Amino acid sequence: MSDAGNIPKVSIAKIFLAFLMIGATSLGGGVVGYLRSSLVGSLQWLDDETFVELLSICQSLPGLNASNMAILVGDRLRGAAGAVAALVGICLPGGLIMVAAAAAYGASHKDFPLVNAVLHGVSAAAVGMVLYVTVELARKTIAKPPDFFFAAATLAFVTLLHESVLLALFAVAPVATFWFRPRKDGQ
Amino acid sequence: MREMIGLIGVFSYLSLLTIGGGMAAYPEMKTLTVDTFHWLTADQLVRLYSLGQMAPGPNMMMIAGIGEWVAGPIGALAVTLAFFLPTGFLTFWVGRVWEHLSDWPWRASIQRALNAVSIGLLLAGVVAVGKAAITGWAGAAIAFSVFGVLMLTHMNPLPLMALAGVAGALLFR
Repeated sequence: MSDAGNIPKVSIAKIFLAFLMIGATSLGGGVVGYLRSSLVGSLQWLDDETFVELLSICQSLPGLNASNMAILVGDRLRGAAGAVAALVGICLPGGLIMVAAAAAYGASHKDFPLVNAVLHGVSAAAVGMVLYVTVELARKTIAKPPDFFFAAATLAFVTLLHESVLLALFAVAPVATFWFRPRKDGQ
Repeated sequence: MREMIGLIGVFSYLSLLTIGGGMAAYPEMKTLTVDTFHWLTADQLVRLYSLGQMAPGPNMMMIAGIGEWVAGPIGALAVTLAFFLPTGFLTFWVGRVWEHLSDWPWRASIQRALNAVSIGLLLAGVVAVGKAAITGWAGAAIAFSVFGVLMLTHMNPLPLMALAGVAGALLFR
């Protein structure tokens, strides 16, 4: 845990604008990468250690990593108001663009073969991109055979048994937590 | 009105499934929005998802598009609030409690368990999107190429997505 002494004084407006910029420029999926380069790099509001610590909390909780990071970083910098400013900032640009895009795409009620063909290509690419992000994440979190087993068990629950994600979570997570329980000899 | 309540219920539930990333909720999102409530077709969901990949910010902002389709701008706002507020409050609260539990030995156990589960959920999301988006050898080739290039170069995926759009225009017309 980093101590409270090295948290910079940042205004609510600056938090909002910083996350608005991240929300507007983080194209192509890797929003965590954009968060790091902005918050740790150019703005220097956090050090790498704190960033990884907050990210690991986000990955253990429901909610998107990007919006959860905004909340935790905003809270660190300026409490509840900072969390709200960061969350609204990061969601606003993408949300507005999606509403406009969906309205334009849905209002026509016609089929646009070219648009559909382009999106077909992009959605195939998205499968490859999301698989890449998952592999990268797994490299950092899947260390030993038990980790691999519990990940595979979760995948099997959802994909092969067609169970709901929630059920898979409640079936696998408690067993895994017990398996990784604290031991006196320290691993 | 009934539709708004349905939207808020579905998306606040879906938000609780997004452990490890938005993709984790995709299989259940498909089941609820397409099969159960018939708000849109499986094809439309995949295309909206692809549009979402081109939009900046958190990777599931496409949910605002679903809300827009079902109930206009108010629907988009309702879906967005339903999707982000419950988990937002949870994260805010846990973030503060977690800091006070730094010496609790079970903390690391829980975190490690959830890390493994989240990878499994992400992979299940990849399978679900893959089934819908990859319909032949050309789609599989695009997906595999993007995966391979990203693994080798760790580059920003955006230029690859643009290239895939061009490839799609040539291959799928």
